[in-house]
Amino acid sequence: MNPSVEALRREFGDKIGRAVESCGDTFVYVERESAREVLAWLKDTSGQEYNYLIDVTAVEYRDPELPLEVVYLLFSLERKVQLCVKIALPKSEELLVDSVVPLWQGANWLEREVYDMFGITFRDHPDLRRILMWETYSEGHPLRKDFPLRGRLSRSEQVRRALHANPEAHYSMDELSIAEAFNDLPEDMRERLSRGERDAIPGLRGETENG
Amino acid sequence: MVERRTLDVGLATAGIDAEGRPVRVPLGLSGSPLAPAADEEGGVGSEHLLLNIGPQHPATHGVLRLVVELDGEVVVRVIPHIGYLHSGFEKLGEYRFYNQIIPLTDRTDYLAPMANNVCLAMGAEKLMGIEITERCKVLRVIACEMSRIISHLVWLGTTAIDLGAFTPFLWTFQERERIYDLQEAWTGARLTTSLTRVGGLLADIPAAFEAGLRASCERLPKVLDEAERMLTNNAIWCARTQGIGVISAEDAINFSLSGPMLRASGVAYDVRKDRPYLDYETYDFDVPIGENGDVYDRYLVRVEEMRQSVRIIEQALERLPDGPINVDDPRVILPPKTAAMTDMEAMIFHFKQVMEGVRAPVGEAYVAIENGKGELGTYFVSDGTAKPVRWRIRPPSFINLSALPKMAEGHLLADLIAINASVDIVMGEIDR
Repeated sequence: MNPSVEALRREFGDKIGRAVESCGDTFVYVERESAREVLAWLKDTSGQEYNYLIDVTAVEYRDPELPLEVVYLLFSLERKVQLCVKIALPKSEELLVDSVVPLWQGANWLEREVYDMFGITFRDHPDLRRILMWETYSEGHPLRKDFPLRGRLSRSEQVRRALHANPEAHYSMDELSIAEAFNDLPEDMRERLSRGERDAIPGLRGETENG
Repeated sequence: MVERRTLDVGLATAGIDAEGRPVRVPLGLSGSPLAPAADEEGGVGSEHLLLNIGPQHPATHGVLRLVVELDGEVVVRVIPHIGYLHSGFEKLGEYRFYNQIIPLTDRTDYLAPMANNVCLAMGAEKLMGIEITERCKVLRVIACEMSRIISHLVWLGTTAIDLGAFTPFLWTFQERERIYDLQEAWTGARLTTSLTRVGGLLADIPAAFEAGLRASCERLPKVLDEAERMLTNNAIWCARTQGIGVISAEDAINFSLSGPMLRASGVAYDVRKDRPYLDYETYDFDVPIGENGDVYDRYLVRVEEMRQSVRIIEQALERLPDGPINVDDPRVILPPKTAAMTDMEAMIFHFKQVMEGVRAPVGEAYVAIENGKGELGTYFVSDGTAKPVRWRIRPPSFINLSALPKMAEGHLLADLIAINASVDIVMGEIDR
C-alpha cells in the first residue's frame, strides 16, 4: 500500500474513503467535495509531489447499483511513485465534480472527454464542450452502459442525417464572432446557428432529443 | 543533453510593430518580443481573419481541423477540433475478450502498431498476474523499438515535407519500408500486426528475421546521418524550427506532455527508465533531452532516440534467449492445433478459451509503455468476467495535442504548421 494513503488520512481524516490495492497499484477513494483540495495537497506537499497527471478517466460498472467513478492517475516525477485517486459518484445524485484544470492544464481535454463520453460535469472547467463527438450530438454519452453499442439510431437514419448535415454550419458562434462573419451568413443559417442548432434536420428536432 | 547548433541565418520576414509601422522580423523569432504584437482592439488592422485548416489537409497529419484566428499572419487563437476518426474503440473493447481487443489496438496508433499490441497485452497480463517468458520479453522489446523507429521515421519525413524539404522524406520512408518488410515477415501484416497474445506472441520470429534486423540496424544510422546532413545545420530548417513553439519544462509537466515533447523541454521522464517494464532497466541506453523545448529540440531528441533504439535492438538481439514464446498455461494460451484435434483435455481448453474467453480476476490495472509518441497507457477494470468493464487507452498524442494552442499562439501561421508537425500526432489514437 502506498504510504501516501496514511498521510492523506492524517491530513484529511474521514474525507478519505477506502483504499484498495490491485495488481500492485494503490487506488484511494476521496469524497467528492474535497477532491480538488486533496489533489492540490498531493501535488504541492513536499514528500508527496505528485506533480504529473497521467490521466483522467471514468468507470461505469455493469452493475447498475454501483456508482460511477472518476479516476485521476497521478505520478511523482521526483519520487517515481504512482497513485490513483478515485471519486465515487452515485447515480441518484447529480454527476458533478470540481475540475482540476486549475491544478493541471493537461486535464482540460481529458475532462472534456469524460464529460463527452460519460456525461459527468466538471465545475469551473474553462471550456466544457464535447470533444470526440460533435457539439450538437444529442444521443447521449457513448461510454455509459445504457448506451447501445451500435448507437441509438439505425444505420439508415445515421446516413440520412449525415447527408442532410449542413457543411456550412460547422463553425460555432464563438468562432464566427472572431471573423465578425455572423452577419454575412444567409438568413436561414443565421437563424439556425443562433438557436444553437447545427446539423439538425428541420422537422426531426424534438422527436429525437432523448439524450 | 543534445548538442545544439545555432546559426545566424539572417533571414527575415515582413511584419508590423505595435504602432503599425512595417518592420523586419528575423525568421524563427516570431514568438519573441521582436515579433509583431497582436493589435489592440480598434487599432490599425484590427480585423481578424478566421481561417479553417482541415480536416482534409496534408499539413494537419490526419483528419485534424484547426480553426485559427489570425491577425495578419500572426496566430491569435487556435481552436482544434478532433473526433473525425472516432471509432468508439473503448466501447467496443467492453464487448470483447481480452485477446479480441488486440486487433483494435492495431488501429489506434497505426504508425506503431506493434507497440500498441504490446501495451494491451501487458495490461491484461498485469490484471491476470501472468509472468511472460524471457524470450517473449526480449522479442517484445524488439517490437517496441522497431515501432519507435518507424514512428519517428514517419515523423521526420513528414515534418521535413511540411517545412519544404522533400528529400529526407524519400530516405526515411524507404528505410521504414524495410522495417515494414521485417514486420510483415514476422506477423504477416504490414499495418494490422496483432503481434501479441495475452501471455505471449502470435508467432516466433521467422528464420531470416535476425539477419534482416541486424542489416537494418547497420543501415539506419547512415540514413539518419544523411537526413541530418540535410537538416541539422540547414539555414532554412534552423530558422523554421529554432525558437518556435517553445514550451517550458514547468508548462510541459503541467500539460501532462510525455515522450519527446516533454524531454525536448528538458524533463528526463521516460517510462522505460522511470517505471521499467520488459526488463528495460537491464538495457544500456541514454535518454536524450533538449534544452529549449522548441521544434528544433524535438527534432534532435527524436533523431537521437532512433539511434538509441538501434542500440537497444542490438543488445536485445545479442541476448535473445532460446525457449518458448508463450507461457505454459493452457487457460490463457491456445493449445497447438494438433493437440486440440487429438487430445481430449487440450480440446476442452481450446473450446473454453474460444467460447468463454480468459477470465480476469476482479480488480484494475494500469500499465504504461514509452511509445514513439509518449506515454501510452492501458487501464483495465475487471469485474471477474472475460470481458473488461472498462478499457481505457491513455493516448499520448491526444494529450500532447492539447498543448498546441499554448505553443502556437503568438507565432506566425507558417510556424503553426511546424509546431503542429512537431507534436507528432496520429489521429487514430487521438480520436480512438
